[in-house]
Amino acid sequence: MTRVTEWVSGLGHVVNEKIARLGFAARFFVMLLVYSGQSFRRFPLTIREIYFSGVLSLLIILVSGLFVGLVLGLQGYETLQRYGSADALGVLVALSLTRELGPVVAALLFASRAGSSVTAEIGLMKATEQLTAMDMMAVNPMARVVAPRFWGGVISMPLLAAMFSAMGVFGGYLIGVVFIGVDDGAFWSQMQSSVDFRQDIINGVIKSFVFGVAVSLIAVFEGYDSTPTAEGVSRAITRTVVTSALAILALDFVLTSFMFRGL
Amino acid sequence: MNRKLLDLWVGFFVAFGIAALLFLALKVGNLSSANFSETYALQAKFDNIGGLKVRAPVKSAGVAVGRVGEIRFDPQTYEAVVTINVDARYHFPKDTFASILTSGLLGEQYVGLDVGGDEKLLQAGDVIAKTQSAVVLEKLISQFLFSKASDGPDKK
Repeated sequence: MTRVTEWVSGLGHVVNEKIARLGFAARFFVMLLVYSGQSFRRFPLTIREIYFSGVLSLLIILVSGLFVGLVLGLQGYETLQRYGSADALGVLVALSLTRELGPVVAALLFASRAGSSVTAEIGLMKATEQLTAMDMMAVNPMARVVAPRFWGGVISMPLLAAMFSAMGVFGGYLIGVVFIGVDDGAFWSQMQSSVDFRQDIINGVIKSFVFGVAVSLIAVFEGYDSTPTAEGVSRAITRTVVTSALAILALDFVLTSFMFRGL
Repeated sequence: MNRKLLDLWVGFFVAFGIAALLFLALKVGNLSSANFSETYALQAKFDNIGGLKVRAPVKSAGVAVGRVGEIRFDPQTYEAVVTINVDARYHFPKDTFASILTSGLLGEQYVGLDVGGDEKLLQAGDVIAKTQSAVVLEKLISQFLFSKASDGPDKK
């Protein structure tokens, strides 16, 4: 009997803790937005963060975009040529990249490349009591440390996703047209007639923006909320990557069901 | 790293990102072509629209001149009412013939406009009087089979 009550109270404790953490995350987000204005007055701070999360992610994003495009080109051609419609290869590559793969894969890479380092940085600043020291000197750590990292991620993410898609289309072109020999004109013209600017490209940008907000928020929050020990920081980094990946995929489903309803 | 080099890299990054977006918009998407800025609406009633979808192209002589704006069902006449938005540069005679066609064997369906010889032109909001419904493959096959069955024994 006591084991059952213990188990139930333990479960209740865990649930309570999770909900309290969610509440803190919501409060944290509002605080972040409130102090953003203050941090924008020193915009070079944000530019520095765009450099660290955006520019330094360029290599991994461009290379994986190229490879995803190459694979799509090969696999797509393999299937399409069975139905005698290899000319539609451009459509397949461009639609799957702009609608889904571009935003989602770029966001997953971004979460593991830039999100984790942001969490590590803020977590270590907390562990070495730099955040407390800032507070002592009347420098708000929200405005000085957290907000620039958040906005740096939000600004970088749509740009990185667009580069990923563009690179992927180029990869598909390389495989389809240059190596296999799909007709050059058909590749581009069929792509242009089926890819809609508003429906496909703008929706992809909206998706990547939402993912950017989600990943950056999770990264800065996990860092800020981490237990200030070596172990706590490493756990926070793991949580950032796992939670970001889950959030990206879940949000992608929700956004897709809003954006493409049987069209 | 000094401020200037940082700004340079970030500027390069942002410019490259915007270039990628432009590439997607102009080269991959259809922002440059088939963008009808000013349109006027015409209506056409069909017995059966087959698989016609909203935003399907409207073509005359094979050239895209507009897009399907809205498809609804008219409960009075039991017909499908298709609103098509035609580019304001093009005007068609009153006796234009609208039909639902398929591009290729399995392609998407579109509205084809065959121009008549009337002097008067269709104005915004007018209804195209002469229409032809989509060809439904099942009906065609069953018609073919029925005609085969009815004249089959005589020929043998």
